[in-house]
This record gives sequence, C-alpha cells and structure tokens, in this order.
Amino acid sequence: MHLKYESQLREPLVYGEKTYHQVTEDIIRPIEVKPSKLWYIGFFISVALLTFGVYCIYRDVTYGIGQWNLNKTVGWGWDITNFVWWIGIGHAGTLISAILLLFRQGWRTGVNRAAEAMTIFAVICAGQFPIWHMGRVWLCFFIFPYPNTRGPVWINFNSPLLWDVFAISTYFTVSLLFWYSGLIPDLASVRDRAKTKLRKHLYGIVSFGWTGSTKHWQRHESLSLVLAGLATPLVLSVHTIVSFDFATSVIPGWHTTIFPPYFVAGAIFSGFAMVQSLLLVVRRVYGLQDYITIGHIEAMNKVIVLTGSIVGCAYLTELFMAWYSQNKYEGYAFFYSRANLFSPYGWAYYGMMACNVLSPQIFWFRKMRRNVTVTFFMSVLVNVGMWFERFVIIVTSIYRDYLPSSWSVYYRPTIFELGFYLGTFGLFFTCFFLFSKYFPVIAIAEIKHVLKTSGESYKDNMGKIEVQQPEEFAHEYAH
Amino acid sequence: MAKKKFVVGCFDEEAVLFPAVKKVRTAGYKIHDVYTPYAVHGLDHAIGLRETSLHTAGFIYGMTGTATALGGISWILTYDWPLNFGGKPHFALPAWIPITFELTVLFAAVGMTLTFCYLCQLAPFVKKHHFHPRATDDLFVMVIECTAKTNVDDLQGLLKSSGAVEVDVQVAEEGWWIGRYDKDEMPFENKTAVA
Repeated sequence: MHLKYESQLREPLVYGEKTYHQVTEDIIRPIEVKPSKLWYIGFFISVALLTFGVYCIYRDVTYGIGQWNLNKTVGWGWDITNFVWWIGIGHAGTLISAILLLFRQGWRTGVNRAAEAMTIFAVICAGQFPIWHMGRVWLCFFIFPYPNTRGPVWINFNSPLLWDVFAISTYFTVSLLFWYSGLIPDLASVRDRAKTKLRKHLYGIVSFGWTGSTKHWQRHESLSLVLAGLATPLVLSVHTIVSFDFATSVIPGWHTTIFPPYFVAGAIFSGFAMVQSLLLVVRRVYGLQDYITIGHIEAMNKVIVLTGSIVGCAYLTELFMAWYSQNKYEGYAFFYSRANLFSPYGWAYYGMMACNVLSPQIFWFRKMRRNVTVTFFMSVLVNVGMWFERFVIIVTSIYRDYLPSSWSVYYRPTIFELGFYLGTFGLFFTCFFLFSKYFPVIAIAEIKHVLKTSGESYKDNMGKIEVQQPEEFAHEYAH
Repeated sequence: MAKKKFVVGCFDEEAVLFPAVKKVRTAGYKIHDVYTPYAVHGLDHAIGLRETSLHTAGFIYGMTGTATALGGISWILTYDWPLNFGGKPHFALPAWIPITFELTVLFAAVGMTLTFCYLCQLAPFVKKHHFHPRATDDLFVMVIECTAKTNVDDLQGLLKSSGAVEVDVQVAEEGWWIGRYDKDEMPFENKTAVA
C-alpha cells in the first residue's frame, strides 16, 4: 500500500519526532519571522558586490572590453574561466533533482530545493560572461536564429558556440520550470498559513491557486518524473557542449576527446561543493539540522570524492595522452606550460591538482565525511580548485601559441575584469539570500512524503514489519 | 459557475484515509476529490482516477521540437542560405544533433508544464475554493459532492465512523475565478448593473 517499507538499518532522513504540521512549521517559520542580523549583513555585502559588478559592466559597455587585460593571444581569460566555473556549479541542482529522482534516492528531498535554486542563480551568473563579452551587447539578439533583413543571414548551426547558446538557454528554462513546478505546492502551504493580508495576497499569486487535489498531484508527479527524465541527459549535455567549445578547436591542450566526460564530472564535483557551502550555512542559520542531516552531508561528500577522483583520473589521462601521442605541441602544452612548476602559470596547475585531486581523498574516511567543519573547508577548496582548472585549461593553452613572436606578456586581469567576477558573486548571493528569505528552502511536500518511511520516529514502526514473514508482508501491503 | 453542496471529511493519517476511501466508495458515494498536503501514492487509483496522459503530451511536444530543429536547420543551411564552411557538406547532420536534442527537451518541458497548468487550471491570480486551509499542511481532506439522493447525515456519520477528525458540510463553487487570496469576494457574484 502507501507505506513503503524501509529497513531500520538505514539512517533516517528526517530526525526528531516530527508530525506533518511540524515539518510545515519548521520550514516555513524562517519566511514568517524577521530575518536575523546575520542575514542583513550578508545581504548588504552581496548587494555591495553586485553594485561594484554593475559599475564594472558599465565601464565595459562604455569603453569596450578593452577594459579587460585580454590581448590578441589570450583572447579568452578570466571571462570564459568564470563562465565555465559558474555553469559547472549550476550542474548540481538539476543533477540532484533529476538524476537522483530517477535513481529513487530518498535523501535528495532534503537538499533539492536549495540546490535547484542555486543552479538557476549560477546559470544566470554564468550567462553574464558571454553576454557582456560580446562588447556590443545591444546586438546580443543576433545569436538567435530569426528571419532578419540582413539576407536573411542565419547563424552557424554547426558551431559549438551556438550549441552552447541553445544548451544553456534550454538548461536554464528547464531548470526553472522544474524548480517552480516543485515550488507551487509549497508556496500554497505558505499562503494557507499566512497571517498578514499582503503575504496572503502575494503567495496567493505565486502559488497559482494550488489546492492539493489528488488529480493535480497525479499530474504533478507525472510532470516531475518526465521532466527528470528529460533533464537527466540535459545535465550531461550542457557541460558536454561547453567542453565542445574547446574540444572541437585545434589548440593543443583543448583538442582532446576526453573533455566531455571530464567536464561533466568536474561540473558535478564543483556543483556539489557549492551546494555543501550553501547548505551548511542554511541549515545552521535556519536551524534545519533535522532535515539536512549529517547523512545528507555524507552522501554529498561521497559524490564529491567520486567525481573528484574521476577528474583526477582525467588529468592523468591527459598527461599520458600528451606523452603517448608524441605530438610536440601537445607535449609543450602539457609538460612545459602546465605540469611545470617553473612555467609562468605552473602555480595554477599545481593549485588545481592539490585542491581537486589530493584534498578530496580525505573523504574516504567516514569521520571526515561526517565532519561539518572539514566539509565546509573542503567545499570552498574544491571550488577554488575548479576555478584553477578552468583557468589552466583556458589560459595555459593559449598564452603561448605556435608563433613565439605573438606570445603574450604575462596575462593578469584588470580590476574591472575582477570586479565583474565579484559582481556575479554579489548577484548569486543576493538572489540566494532573497530566495532563502521568501521561499521554502526545503521541499516541504517531498519531506512529508518520505517522512512516514524514513523519519526517525516512524522507523520504530518498522520493527514489527522486520520480523514479519514475507507472505504476511505481501498480504498486508498488496493493493 | 454553479455552487454545489459538499460533505467534507478531514483525516490526519494516511493509514486511516485509505480504508475510509474504500468504505465511502463501497457505500456508493462518488468522491469529488481528496486534497492532500503531498502526493499520496496510490490514492489516485483508490479514488478511481484514470492514469494521466500528460507524458504522452510530453512525447508529442518533444517530437515537435525534434522536427522543428531538424526541419529548420536543414531548410536554412541547405536551401535558404547555404554557407560553405570549409568545403564541408551542407547537410551536416552530426553537427546538428546537439541543437536537435536541446530543442526536443525544451519543447517537451515547456509544453508539458503549460499543459499541466492548463489541465489543473493553475495560473497567477487564479483563486479556487479551499475546503480546508490545512489541506496544504497536515490534513487529508475528502470531499464528496451531494446529489439529490444523498443523505447528508448518513454520510457524515459514515465519515466519522471511518476516522475523520473533522466533518462538515459546505456549499461551494467548484471552479476557479480571478481573485485575491486576502479577499473573499467572488467577482462574478452580485453583478448589479450600474445604471
């Protein structure tokens, strides 16, 4: 019947003696009370960063992207590094909500809402980089195919850069739909318990008149399942296509067939690290330790150690292939420019290796996986490492090309390039702070769904089921 | 928009709800709907709903996306404005797979979500009658529509005996209307012509 049996051996997904009402209460309370001082401080810092970012973009648009330190040789610098970095971070949300839904991983319910929100904000941040890099940003609609008066001249559908446009806009749309369709029932919960008129009115608008009807739930389930099925290959395709931007070129260091799986693993790796950083703070600030449990953190750390090792394996494979191919240009890119501590950007390569490959290995130890401080520190380290990875791939491959006369001087960003990056941090955290204040940060309805089988207090009821004969069990739980 | 009379029974346990649904249906009543705080698996079958065909719609939307992408790109790159990219064939199918895939997903996702909203009549500014405010919190609210033959007292007794924690009778509008959740008025009512 409705009561799915889950062994007592499994760690509960929700701690404490929770009733349905308590779940609603615990998750919605932060929305209904005034935010803490810490929230205001964080929010103002984010808005300040965002303002600085907006100023930098204003400079870029007014004076052109000559404001950045890019030159003819290093035509892609921090800008594209940051783009790939943010897009990578944006992969965890849909991975958690889609792939883990298909795999029936119960623990996703505690973290999926915040992770999806994070995905959406990260993709918005990522999108800023190619858009403002266009220079004449007012012509950015040229990237879309539409009948125009210039011929019509169409865009090049054979170009990976255009695939990227389609991949990212689709990814953003689908993630947004997925996130919002999941939010509707929870927003209805906020609406139905709202005390003030304004809140009732506003949450009434955004909850679309949701009633909780059985037929609606049935359709909702079907919708989430199919969206999950669609989003699963989509998540894998987006970073695959981002990697095509590099892999389809003939630049030594980019021209490798390993890029798609390597980028996807890296994206999941950095995405989970960002989810950890955010959720460790959220669970503490909003007191949601019963819902985002140590078990959840451990599960995500397992994903981090797995994907981190895949990424490490890819780094070594690249080095091996550079040697095995005996191509001197490949060899130069990998052995002179990258894996050489004394080359100009050697520091970035070794920083990447230390943060991405060596440090996550600490998560082979259960004690470390379940340690909140270690996890937080590691999550930051992983994201620093993943930034280095993109920087290494992009800058070390192009700063010295085939023609020594065009080798660039040491590329370092200007304050405006840096400010743009900081501005996206501001944008990201401003959005996240607003989200955590006005939206339920945990999927309430989904938590209630797993509560009966995986809640701590309900697990006690499983004792009598565990001693049952299989025939008895089948008889009792058959429809 | 007609108002109807409903008998409402609220349950606080999933385990009580299922036998109650069975009991009410065997007694010959037609359940109008059950409002639940989360998706209760198996409840749709228990109250006799058919499977949704939303996924079929999704498939059709997806195929539309595939056709749009393949058709559009082929037309553009082979007929409308064939460009020579390094002497490669104009009909470069492998290079179109990424965009074809993305559009398939995009069309399916957007189409399904819109269809979902349409079928469930969900939209901003839409308001519906809520039989119990706690239906989105912790109550499973079973609603039975009264017909001319329905004995309301019997039905209320039946719901109580099957474990309902609250039972009442409501006269309500079953459709939707444009409205605000902080106000009770129903705009289509009391429409007096302004002379």
